[in-house]
Amino acid sequence: MPILSLVTFFPLAGAVLLLALPRGRGKAVKLTANIVTGLEFAATLLLLRGFDPGTAEMQFVERAPWIKSAGIQYLLGLDGISLLLVLLTSLLTFLATLSSWKAVAHRLKEYYVFLLLLEVGMIGVFVSLDLILFYVFWEIMLVPMYFLIGIWGGERKLYAAIKFFLYTLFGSVMMLIGILVVRGHYGTFDWTAMTGAGTFLPAALQGWVFLAFALGFAIKVPMFPFHTWLPDAHVEAPTAGSVILAGVLLKMGTYGFVRFSLPLFPEASRKFAPLMVGLALTAIVYGALVSLMQKDMKKLVAYSSVSHMGFVILGLFAFTPLAVKGAVLQMINHGISTGALFLIVGVLYERRHTRLIADFGGLSSRMPVTAAVFLVMAMSSIGLPGLNGFIGEFMILMGVFPVNWVWTAVAGLGIVLGAGYMLWLYQRVMFGRLESPANASLADLSAREFATFFPLIVLAFWIGIFPKPFLAVIDKPVEKIVRIIHPETAAAAVGSGPAEVR
Amino acid sequence: MFAWIPLFPLLGALANGLLGIKFFSRKAVQAVGVGSVALSFLASAASFVALLRGSEDVLVARLFSWIPPSLVPLADGGTAAFAVDLAFRYDSLAAVMTLVVTGVGLLIHVYSVGYMAHDRSFARFFAYLNLFTFAMLVLVLGANLAVLFIGWEGVGLCSYLLIGFWFSKDAAAAAGKKAFLTNRVGDFGFILGIGVLLFVLGTIDLGSINRLAGEGALTKGAATAAALLLFIGATGKSAQIPLYTWLPDAMEGPTPVSALIHAATMVTAGVYMVARLHALFTLSGLALDVIALVGAGTAVYAATMALVQFDIKRVLAYSTISQIGYMFLGLGSGAYAAGVFHLMTHAFFKALLFLAAGSVIHALSGEQDMRKMGGLRSRVPTTYRVFLVGALAISGVPGLSGFFSKDEILASAFASGPTVAWALGVLGAGMTAFYIFRLIFLTFFGPERMDEAARLRCHESPPVMTVPLRILAFLSAFGGFVGLPHLLGGGAWFGKFLESSTGRHAGHLAAGTEALLMALSAGVGLAGIYGAYVVYVRKRGAPAFRLKERFGALHRLVFRKYFVDEFYDGILVGGILRLGRLAGGFDLKVIDGLVDGAAALTRRLSKISIFFDGRVVDGAVNGVGAVHRHASRLLRRVQTGYVYNYALAVVFGLVIIMALVVTVF
Repeated sequence: MPILSLVTFFPLAGAVLLLALPRGRGKAVKLTANIVTGLEFAATLLLLRGFDPGTAEMQFVERAPWIKSAGIQYLLGLDGISLLLVLLTSLLTFLATLSSWKAVAHRLKEYYVFLLLLEVGMIGVFVSLDLILFYVFWEIMLVPMYFLIGIWGGERKLYAAIKFFLYTLFGSVMMLIGILVVRGHYGTFDWTAMTGAGTFLPAALQGWVFLAFALGFAIKVPMFPFHTWLPDAHVEAPTAGSVILAGVLLKMGTYGFVRFSLPLFPEASRKFAPLMVGLALTAIVYGALVSLMQKDMKKLVAYSSVSHMGFVILGLFAFTPLAVKGAVLQMINHGISTGALFLIVGVLYERRHTRLIADFGGLSSRMPVTAAVFLVMAMSSIGLPGLNGFIGEFMILMGVFPVNWVWTAVAGLGIVLGAGYMLWLYQRVMFGRLESPANASLADLSAREFATFFPLIVLAFWIGIFPKPFLAVIDKPVEKIVRIIHPETAAAAVGSGPAEVR
Repeated sequence: MFAWIPLFPLLGALANGLLGIKFFSRKAVQAVGVGSVALSFLASAASFVALLRGSEDVLVARLFSWIPPSLVPLADGGTAAFAVDLAFRYDSLAAVMTLVVTGVGLLIHVYSVGYMAHDRSFARFFAYLNLFTFAMLVLVLGANLAVLFIGWEGVGLCSYLLIGFWFSKDAAAAAGKKAFLTNRVGDFGFILGIGVLLFVLGTIDLGSINRLAGEGALTKGAATAAALLLFIGATGKSAQIPLYTWLPDAMEGPTPVSALIHAATMVTAGVYMVARLHALFTLSGLALDVIALVGAGTAVYAATMALVQFDIKRVLAYSTISQIGYMFLGLGSGAYAAGVFHLMTHAFFKALLFLAAGSVIHALSGEQDMRKMGGLRSRVPTTYRVFLVGALAISGVPGLSGFFSKDEILASAFASGPTVAWALGVLGAGMTAFYIFRLIFLTFFGPERMDEAARLRCHESPPVMTVPLRILAFLSAFGGFVGLPHLLGGGAWFGKFLESSTGRHAGHLAAGTEALLMALSAGVGLAGIYGAYVVYVRKRGAPAFRLKERFGALHRLVFRKYFVDEFYDGILVGGILRLGRLAGGFDLKVIDGLVDGAAALTRRLSKISIFFDGRVVDGAVNGVGAVHRHASRLLRRVQTGYVYNYALAVVFGLVIIMALVVTVF
């Protein structure tokens, strides 16, 4: 059974179904969309049944010729890294759909169709193993996102949407050029063939291609200084758009690095690691500093993403298995905690139609459940041990330390600042006296709203307390990538025993 | 067996936190809250007995693999598989800590039933308090630094929540945040310390670190780096110079919280951590000296501020900072067991003092200002008596618990610590006696200064509060006898019991010297009490202001806490905020300006090309143009017409590129 194709295109079928529904049947549209995304999540869970965590090889591979003359294939497959991201995507899309029940009132059908198309693009990105196919999904995904921001966004939605679109398009064109050069060397677009070839691009060329890919990915992450599209896009996007943007879209950039840049351009990756790490550290501290002074909750969370994604890049370019695993896990963690934080902002926005921190204060007394959920997610975001964020951050910090302790120290500053802006935000929104009369009669979370948070809370604790199942699936793929970058570490690893020996 | 100790409070916290707030009666909430800690105390006692009877010095319970193994390079060029187990470790040190945490914790939980009886958020309070107890137990039972860190951060979170328990009060919310953030600064060092240990040893298991340190697997430099970095973490958690400013503010929390978290247990976590890694710290003489000097310096420095406070809880808060300084003085002198001994006796008498202060505050309907107290001796006799016991204990009056532990620390400092640190310690001892009796005299003696309404309502606390006070008074008085020194005919049993986990203290003094030191520390304490008596009882007038009248400028400097808060808020926090604003402006103006500028430039270029297009190309493709115009007009009616153009452009572009690809290759 072509399960990956099924998982990838099932939302498309849902979108077609939605289009077939008669206009004006709002409830039916909403219900259908929720059922489709729910089923999609269930379908991705089914992947776990046949998945073998004991190998770094691609699984569920589907291969068919697509454009024969150009050697482009329809080639799908997934390893543990993509598996986690696919699961994250389907879960967050489902939750984003659920969260839109009341938030979106006009042009329902189009809204949900775009949401579903977006899901197709995102999952396609994570399972494509043909570079052109990857590129196609990468670009397809831009379009629905563009409309989601442009139509259902806030005041400056057009500016934000166009900025988002052009910025990322600019990056991906660079990547496309890179793809074509890679094709020139390997004679194929097939990722599995490239990584299996045992040769790499000549060093000089590798550098240029690395940079071309890196630009495309860096804009998506977004890495400093290519990040300014993000706050605008977030502020203007509807809640569901923000959740998916922060939760999944940003991960496509870091995924690109870990899937393509590191294994295909190992020499260039090593060469440019100081640059990448420098930008990552800048992002960590800079993003946190800018977060501190934000007045808009969404902007604050958006800049915090810049800081948090810096951790991921830092971990990836430290090239130690511990750090890279931490970075991959941190992608998931960031999706969970930031997704939830945007949902919380959405909950508040729906009630008050403002996102300004100054308009709130003292909400804890009116909305105790919201306050509790917010607290858990704020703690997850600032890396409290026992919650998911800590595992990723800790692994990254410890995995980076042997490479260069100064990196750990600078990133550590980000952790201090991170607690600063998050707790300050929490204090200003939730604590203090409830002064504004507009806040005096706010309703706490509804059952539906709570349902959108519940899986994220469970995951936050699960990964925080027992991350083993999550780390187990990425173990082999990460070690394979590190072996490609650092053949000598791998050799050393064979000699050393397990930790218990010491 | 011992792995059950933390379980009960966790279950209690979950029950009260998830269900209690909505569904439980007050009776049920307090039964769950107090009962869970009682069970935990019983488990601690049973584990303690089992440890005494058993032959093993160390028991380890490995629950499950928390972070599975991953390779990391090591300092020596090798590689280690770094893995963290969720594991607990029980030895004599853990036994002492669990007994203190659950024992004192139980008494404070019971007391809280009375103290918080009228609070609306009764269930939330007990949920937090239980959660704290759980986290603190994880901290002292954790078998490796990562599990210890779970507890370390967990207690920090609970402290944050409990300081800000009355979150509607701005000061409380701000104090909670300040506590958390100051601790984060400490954690920065703590994490780096863990990193050093992992890098040089390949493990963060507490037992392995001590063993490897003992075997000389660590260079002196690495040991110093790791020890000092971890100590930075300790200064945050244990409120030492320079990270102490959060603790006085933490008094915004309910008084039982101040007693449990900010006196008896959490703030001593740094002391515990250093004692736990004694072999590592012993390797670095420099680190030990730093610890001893910071401890002694903090002991005196905080004592000066305790001298001038009018808020009864703040006096005790500075006193706590000062007393923890003594513990570090002991640790820094290499007398780890002495530090832990003082940790325990301090837990007794400081919990007592805080709870008794709470009883005073309770009696006066929330009044905390000693200028509005006075003459309470006869109005709250039980509270007065237990308070007096606590005061005598902290003053180091011979025979009471504080005397034995403080004396042991000072003797160790004299024997093997920096001499300056010892001298500061003696000085601080006198100040301690002075400020605590200043508090006693201002509160319980002299004329009554409260207003009429408070005077009428003034009452002794109910038994649910006074019984824990009596028990703590008993412990404060006699708890020191477990460490009765040889000189006085004891067996120094406490230190011997801890030897298996904190090692043996090398410094020995001649019996005569020891006796002399003992007399000195007793004499200094008594002198302090006498001094307070002279200033605050013998002289007539307004005693509260006596120091202020006498030492105007100096008093102002100390009363304003040496302006350190102003420095931290204005220069450090303010600086960071300014930096944030600067970065925000830079982001908006420079980086985004470049982006927008590039976009504007492109637009201008495209206008030129459109001009070119219109004149030159358009003539040829007029037909196409017409179609386009019609389409545009149609699309413009759609609100987001432009979107379509871009989308079309992309699809169109894609097709072109695809076509290129197909033809080129």
